[in-house]
Amino acid sequence: SDFQLEILKKLDELDEIKSTLATFPQHGSQDVLSALNSLKAHNKLEFSKVDTVTYDLTKEGAQILNEGSYEIKLVKLIQELGQLQIKDVMSKLGPQVGKVGQARAFKNGWIAKNASNELELSAKLQNTDLNELTDETQSILAQIKNNSHLDSIDAKILNDLKKRKLIAQGKITDFNVTKGPEFSTDLTKLETDLTSDMVSTNAYKDLKFKPYNFNSQGVQISSGALHPLNKVREEFRQIFFSMGFTEMPSNQYVETGFWNFDALYVPQQHPARDLQDTFYIKDPLTADLPDDKTYMDNIKAVHEQGRFGSIGYRYNWKPEECQKLVLRTHSTAISARMLHDLAKDPKPTRLFSIDRVFRNEAVDATHLAEFHQVEGVLADYNITLGDLIKFMEEFFERMGVTGLRFKPTYNPYTEPSMEIFSWHEGLQKWVEIGNSGMFRPEMLESMGLPKDLRVLGWGLSLERPTMIKYKVQNIRELLGHKVSLDFIETNPAARLDEDLYE
Amino acid sequence: PTVSVNKQQLFDLLGKNYTSQEFDELCFEFGMEMDEDTTEEALKTGEEPELKLDISANRYDLLCIEGISQSLNEYLERKERPDYKLSKPTTKLIIDKSTEQIRPFATAAVLRNIKLNEKSYASFIALQDKLHANLCRNRSLVAMGTHDLDSIEGPFHYRALPPKDIKFVPLNQTQEFTGDKLIEFYKSPEQKNNIGRYVHIIEDSPVFPVIMDSKDRVCSLPPLINSEHSKISVNTRNILIDITATDKTKAEIVLNILTTMFSRYCDEPFTVEPVEIVSEHNGQSRLAPNFNDRIMDVSIKYINSCLGLDQSADEIAHCLKKMSLHAVQSKEDKDILHVDIPVTRPDILHACDIMEDAAVGYGFNNLPKGEKLSNANFIAKPLPINKVSDIFRVASSQATWVEVLPLTLCSHDENFKFLRQSDNGDLAVKLANPKTLEYQVVRTTLLPGILKTVKENRKHSLPIKVFETGDVVFKDDKLERKAYNERHWAAIYVGKNSGFEIIQGLLGKIMQTFRTEWIADYGAAASGRGYWIEEDDSVKTYFPGRGAKVMFRSKEGAEPKQIGHLGVLHPEVMMNFDVPFAASFVEVNAEVFL
Repeated sequence: SDFQLEILKKLDELDEIKSTLATFPQHGSQDVLSALNSLKAHNKLEFSKVDTVTYDLTKEGAQILNEGSYEIKLVKLIQELGQLQIKDVMSKLGPQVGKVGQARAFKNGWIAKNASNELELSAKLQNTDLNELTDETQSILAQIKNNSHLDSIDAKILNDLKKRKLIAQGKITDFNVTKGPEFSTDLTKLETDLTSDMVSTNAYKDLKFKPYNFNSQGVQISSGALHPLNKVREEFRQIFFSMGFTEMPSNQYVETGFWNFDALYVPQQHPARDLQDTFYIKDPLTADLPDDKTYMDNIKAVHEQGRFGSIGYRYNWKPEECQKLVLRTHSTAISARMLHDLAKDPKPTRLFSIDRVFRNEAVDATHLAEFHQVEGVLADYNITLGDLIKFMEEFFERMGVTGLRFKPTYNPYTEPSMEIFSWHEGLQKWVEIGNSGMFRPEMLESMGLPKDLRVLGWGLSLERPTMIKYKVQNIRELLGHKVSLDFIETNPAARLDEDLYE
Repeated sequence: PTVSVNKQQLFDLLGKNYTSQEFDELCFEFGMEMDEDTTEEALKTGEEPELKLDISANRYDLLCIEGISQSLNEYLERKERPDYKLSKPTTKLIIDKSTEQIRPFATAAVLRNIKLNEKSYASFIALQDKLHANLCRNRSLVAMGTHDLDSIEGPFHYRALPPKDIKFVPLNQTQEFTGDKLIEFYKSPEQKNNIGRYVHIIEDSPVFPVIMDSKDRVCSLPPLINSEHSKISVNTRNILIDITATDKTKAEIVLNILTTMFSRYCDEPFTVEPVEIVSEHNGQSRLAPNFNDRIMDVSIKYINSCLGLDQSADEIAHCLKKMSLHAVQSKEDKDILHVDIPVTRPDILHACDIMEDAAVGYGFNNLPKGEKLSNANFIAKPLPINKVSDIFRVASSQATWVEVLPLTLCSHDENFKFLRQSDNGDLAVKLANPKTLEYQVVRTTLLPGILKTVKENRKHSLPIKVFETGDVVFKDDKLERKAYNERHWAAIYVGKNSGFEIIQGLLGKIMQTFRTEWIADYGAAASGRGYWIEEDDSVKTYFPGRGAKVMFRSKEGAEPKQIGHLGVLHPEVMMNFDVPFAASFVEVNAEVFL
């Protein structure tokens, strides 16, 4: 604007504008500030603000300045009358002038009260020319009006005048202006953004661009998102793929008692088969028995009286229990089916699945009726427990978990069985991260697999490591409909190898 | 199962005051888990500190402090395995054929000249409770009773009698009950969670099992209660244990565990007085318990091969001895170990169980780690339907939809009524025993889960765009498992407007990702692979006139088939799920792209 140009010219001329108030008295401080801000943004100048306190006389103050203070008015009246009845002060001078004038005249020692309750001039004024008397109030007001030596006025007096509403306080804003790093006397408009026109016409070369505020977040962009649990699942899948594992057809939630339990050498009275733990199905009600009758006969034998070197559980095994339908309680039901298939052409094999399993459990912060099980199966000739340990170390190392310990445990279908523990830096304790073992000969040899083909299995839940890693307290906020879409949308990439505790 | 033991008592028995960490370590290597050490709590309550130990479900011999300390002492090589012996029988248990109707097996034994104190008496009771709850499946398979032998007189009889003919004062009562009155009594609200829990095992039977002495005094009414008359106390010197069961194997295990664990307190330690079981009707007369040695032969090569070790017979025997298994090398075959399995270890079923004990004795964490198994010979493959799923998932998220993972189980209403659908019974798999209404059926559409997710996120800014790729389950009588999974993909748009064209556009984007172009004129405009939608008012879930089926022709000449549907969701459906917005939805069978 013109004013901005005027400021620049003046600054060029003076090198420094000490007071914009003095230099540009016709411009209000708001105008000055916005012009200065705008120029500063372009680095034309620097400025600092100087605030000064001012006082103006009120109407009453101005009147006193002209006519003299109330106390002078009173002493002049008393001189004129000789004496004045106190009760007449108000009627002669009016209530305001009378009251203040009397108080201040007494204070100054100008008047005294005689025995008949009349006011007279005090002894020291008896022979004084009243026109010689200093009217302090008037002279201070004059000083304020002329705006001179305000510093010398006692703050008490100023406050008193403010209280008496003879003066009003104000503020004057002034600016001190100096040249900026890019000082010049011309003004160019700064561009905010590079446009396609500027690119195509080369106009950008002659333009100046407004500095960008980098201390900012940018705009929210609209975006889709994959579910955090499925992102972790994908990490696991990639680990399995990298180790040569093929994904099992785990898309079969309804299982028979046979595949979910009997095939895995879980006896028919095992607590896992209780209504308390397993979802049974009422419609459809009854499954078929497997076609492989030799296999069925072997399973009956290993449960009832033993076979393949086992003494068996020694109870009456009932095919009806096999025909009960359940929602699979573990994906090992699928592994069993795959291993039975493997018996037709036994060879080293690696299989995995990550899919849903179902438990008839009371739902709480760490338990849901359905969750995902990660399961690996590795079959090879004459592999050892040491191989299992080594393999587990390799597997978990790929998800960033090292320093494993193995604890003997019990599973109906694996022997030996090992719980896998790792030290958790965040929780500062050993946590169980999975379960593993060698499948029992009763299970494998019943299928027709050769004795020396040993099969390792291990499993863990998908939710637990995800919850530990990403500090999700409640499983229902991870899996199921109670998840927050914001949580899904803002969840970072899942990287199991990323150490969150360093 | 978890077993609580007195901490100081256990440490005294182990001859060492372990630090918490040391004991944790010992448990870990042995295969127990220390769940809790109540030392800090006990300081406040003034009670004696306890350790809560998590025991493997097949180690019934570790369900009491006697067994835990015995096994740990053997593991630590501080003590020898006891040699359990039988003395001479002095009494009989005569089993009547009538018991076949209700609870056919029974066995018994006597702990003669026993001296219990308060701690061991409490442990004796607690072990029975643990066995009842675990191995005995809440007394349904096996129940045990204990009696002061000096208050009753053998021979004893195990019979099944009509409830009215059984009359006795049950334990902790003062009044005499008949069998039928006793059932009523235990079904009362006060008893419901106590003995009442076991009433169902016999209540519908015309006869109840009962154990009586030679004077026809009732000793116990299994599986419910013993008699007040024969009850034992800490001062009882001669205890008769009776076991009744529907499972003979488990009955014998229970008797063996009870007698081996507590015979240590008899004047002649580890010696049990057997009872002559007379069971003529089924030819099972015998002496009980049976403490005969059980020998299992196991190959040294097999153990070494499984463990990746090259141990000698002696070395393996040493490891096994720590686990209470005594092994000697066969004289005929140097590869064979004869392993003597004590009656306390019914969990040993196969040589693999011995192999595991050899590994535990050696220490899992001391085993030589195998050579790295080669990954080279295996070609990894994803499951084809999962690969198709991933294409759906990536394309949907690229199209700015958000993936959700609702549950597979839902209520019957959510799957049918709330969607304005009726159940004709041939589609959905129904659960028999859900704990809540939330889990009545396995979903046959992805819509309920998606709408429930939207409901929970109603406060989210509109529009809400979410999708799921997941399995639904359908019945199929022809299959062994009578049901199969089908992979579906579904997406919803929820906003101020129905957004039908947006959902239609998303479908187009997905189809294009699967190399399937839209064909105009309901498939007539071209004859090759492609898709189109046709108005279809048969799905009542959609607003009338706003529902359509998705048609797909896989290749030139192929018969077009419906692979899904889409439409504007009916306002009733929205309100049934508490979502007061307009919405459009699409669901497609993903398996057609296999």
